[in-house]
Amino acid sequence: MNDMVGIVIVSHSQDIAKGTADMVRQMVGSEVTVAYCGGNPDGGLGTNVPLIIVAINDAWSSKGVAVLVDLGGAETNSEMAVEMLEPERRKLVVVCNAPIVEGAVMAATEAAGGSSLEQVRAVAEELTAG
Amino acid sequence: MLETSANGPFVTGSVRLVHAVGMHARPAVKLTKLAKRFQAQISIRASETADWINAKSVAKVMALRAPRDSTIEIKALGDDAELAVAAIIDLVATDFPETGA
Repeated sequence: MNDMVGIVIVSHSQDIAKGTADMVRQMVGSEVTVAYCGGNPDGGLGTNVPLIIVAINDAWSSKGVAVLVDLGGAETNSEMAVEMLEPERRKLVVVCNAPIVEGAVMAATEAAGGSSLEQVRAVAEELTAG
Repeated sequence: MLETSANGPFVTGSVRLVHAVGMHARPAVKLTKLAKRFQAQISIRASETADWINAKSVAKVMALRAPRDSTIEIKALGDDAELAVAAIIDLVATDFPETGA
């Protein structure tokens, strides 16, 4: 059982998604589960609802999952992915309104301290509030 | 340089930042993670005139922009305040070593 909020990174680009996940692992450590997805199945740019659901499942924690996204479709597809989860899991997933790289590092730092999903989201979104 | 002292209800300490590029992203994450292990309220500042900031807020610690050779002041309040100040001084003085934790 994992008692830290999990992090999901959703970018249009596979490289950005992977690079962001690498930054989180190297800067924050490997105790927080980080999953990512990016690009479409043909290797181009895009985001894909089934792949986002897989990433959410990979990062799943009883404390919830914080999703960091880049532009437009990444956000709407992530919201759609959350809608497609079982109702009791939906409330345990939040899509953060934060820059993807900075938000992921800060959310993971907060998650590593055992914080709640709401606290993790607030820390990621502190960047946009200021 | 490596000393803690009681100052009213606060435990305080200070340490010189020896990291080559100052308090940038990676040290900030490490300091925040360490601070979060303690129950105490922990504040830091990078100069005598600066506002105290919450050492458990990664965004605020990253925004410190403390350059190399600046002195980080620490104050903490709570049961484990002394341990917290000592641990943070150690982290900064040993130049934020890589750890498995």
